[in-house]
Amino acid sequence: MSKRIVIDPVTRIEGHAKISVYIDDAGNVSGAEFHVVEFRGFEKFCEGRSYTEMPGITPRICGICPVSHLLASAKAGDAIMAVSIPPAADKLRRLMNLGQIVQSHALSFFHLSAPDFLLGWDSPPATRNVFGLIQSNTDLARAGIRLRQFGQEIIEVLGGKKIHPSWAVPGGVRSALAPEGREKIRAWLPEAYATTRVAIDLFKKVLTTHERETQLYGNFPTLFMGLIAADGGWEHHGGKLRFTDSSGSIIADHIDPKDYRTVIGESVQDSSYLKSPFYKPLGCPDGIYRVGPLARLNICSHMGVPQADAELKLFKALGHGAVTSSFLYHYARLIEILASLEFIERTLADPELGSDDLRADAGINSLHGVGASEAPRGTLFHDYTVDRNGLLKKVNLIVATGQNNLAMNRTVAQIAQHFLKGDAITEPMLNRIEHGIRCYDPCLSCSTHAAGKMALHVRLVAPDGHVINEVRRD
Amino acid sequence: MAAKTLTVDGRQISAENHTTILQAATDAGIKIPTLCHLDGVYDVGACRLCLVEVKGTTKLLSACTTRVYEGMEVTTNSERLQKYRRMTLELLFAERNHTCAVCVANGHCELQALACELGMDHVRYDYCSPKWGVDATHPFLGMDHNRCILCTRCVRTCWHIEGAGTKNVAGRGTKSYIINDLNEPWGESETCTSCAKCVLSCPTGALFHKGATVGEMERDRSKLAFIVNAREKKQWVV
Repeated sequence: MSKRIVIDPVTRIEGHAKISVYIDDAGNVSGAEFHVVEFRGFEKFCEGRSYTEMPGITPRICGICPVSHLLASAKAGDAIMAVSIPPAADKLRRLMNLGQIVQSHALSFFHLSAPDFLLGWDSPPATRNVFGLIQSNTDLARAGIRLRQFGQEIIEVLGGKKIHPSWAVPGGVRSALAPEGREKIRAWLPEAYATTRVAIDLFKKVLTTHERETQLYGNFPTLFMGLIAADGGWEHHGGKLRFTDSSGSIIADHIDPKDYRTVIGESVQDSSYLKSPFYKPLGCPDGIYRVGPLARLNICSHMGVPQADAELKLFKALGHGAVTSSFLYHYARLIEILASLEFIERTLADPELGSDDLRADAGINSLHGVGASEAPRGTLFHDYTVDRNGLLKKVNLIVATGQNNLAMNRTVAQIAQHFLKGDAITEPMLNRIEHGIRCYDPCLSCSTHAAGKMALHVRLVAPDGHVINEVRRD
Repeated sequence: MAAKTLTVDGRQISAENHTTILQAATDAGIKIPTLCHLDGVYDVGACRLCLVEVKGTTKLLSACTTRVYEGMEVTTNSERLQKYRRMTLELLFAERNHTCAVCVANGHCELQALACELGMDHVRYDYCSPKWGVDATHPFLGMDHNRCILCTRCVRTCWHIEGAGTKNVAGRGTKSYIINDLNEPWGESETCTSCAKCVLSCPTGALFHKGATVGEMERDRSKLAFIVNAREKKQWVV
């Protein structure tokens, strides 16, 4: 039978997931592919623009984590100018990134993921969303929404607006933290701590009743990568790259982010616009690695703040060497919220945040610049090559969702292996695949889940390429 | 100098002979939208935003280049004028790549401000999305052709305020664009004095100080009128 290609214009919308599950001759799942069918083209259309504009343009990639692109882009600009930015600017950028981590993780946990494990995998999709959560767990939902608002408030008091602030620039930042902004954040901190503690306790209870999910939702050995502080502690906006394996051993360390190409290769699938980065020395697909909260907690030895350090110990006890279940991304996310709150509290006491020495000035001193920062979903790289006048000749962006692509494929395959009965694509299987992807909090889940369910298009593909069955849920 | 009496929007006003409708209306406190007009340099009627109705002719006339006459009856705001002004703005937006959200002039752009003021809530024409480049060869000034509306303010400022004559217009129709000297990269121009008056004159983000990021191009255009006033009338009025 000839190969069947499914092209559906309806799927060409931002955030629509298409999944192919491959079946071998014995009828077992042999693999899965998660296709991203939207095309953005940022790397191409930014060519010819000035590097100074990039912190304005690239945050438009996403409305959930624009700050990550803002900061990585500004950092790439710093590298092109070859300047050390003023210390106050670095502290302020870090503060904004912490706010970003809090707001994005709160969104992932309370708005997107909690409805699945609090309302039940098999509860109707029409109510298995944040609105259903508001009805059944009103206080929790409200607190979660407020926690996200807290993170966004930090972004706003620094950058002037919650989404797409034009604030970080090559060389530093545009404005300091005003005293009233500082007080506003400080006054809100106790409530943010309380909500985070409730969520952590809640998730620990979830873990006791969700052993199967912990076993099946993306539980396999991979490498883990992220930025790490010089002392091996948790890092989110500086430091160097570290890779560890699933036994927790460090396999590559202290790699300057500007040399990311020596350790990261990028493969392109014909079937997806999402690139699949891999650890270069092991090749693709053996070099599969995960990024994001799970990886950051796996690679670090300590968080550097007391409350989060206590939780990190409990988290690390869940694995042997490394924590390998993607279901525990949720737990890692909550620990990162806690750490962020502690670091925010510590930062607010720093008088330098009000400094007026915020922006270094320089011309083009390097024709190549790489900026790396930990986005909530994982390490983000912005790699710019410019001409003598600062106009971009080449842009390479490596985003977190891409780096988790291979792991997401394997997660879908693992879930399908356990829930696929014959050729039937059942609702329970769809729900679980949906959550398997959501563990990684990929960008597209952010943009689609708010409507209540993830738009999915799942195909079962036979060894000869023909589609045995497919289900579309728009 | 003889004064002329005319009616603008039902109001009787007087204006000096040889005054334009725009000048007479402005002096009387009546606002007519403009884009290519710039205090301090002569008018060319390029943008067509200041179109007005004049009794006795069915044509719409540009207020910046039409002189007043005795008994003239002018309407500066009507449904028909609003329609044409919006249409003109839409065409300007469709012609090049005006991406306000990431533009250096965002929040300080005359094109953007007029679009808001005149209620241009959508563009009904297909965007041309042309491929225009950025000239970043000058050490500290830049020109983004994507944001240019060809108002020629910079050309007039360069020739008639600075007197350098660096900026010119090349090409025809939609392929017209602003050049330096005989189409040299700006940084290689032999005539440019790097005075940056052109940047001051630009209504959009087409001319900018290098390093400016989103919304950072704020300009005080009254400085240009100040220079002209000082030179021609020997008045240093700030």
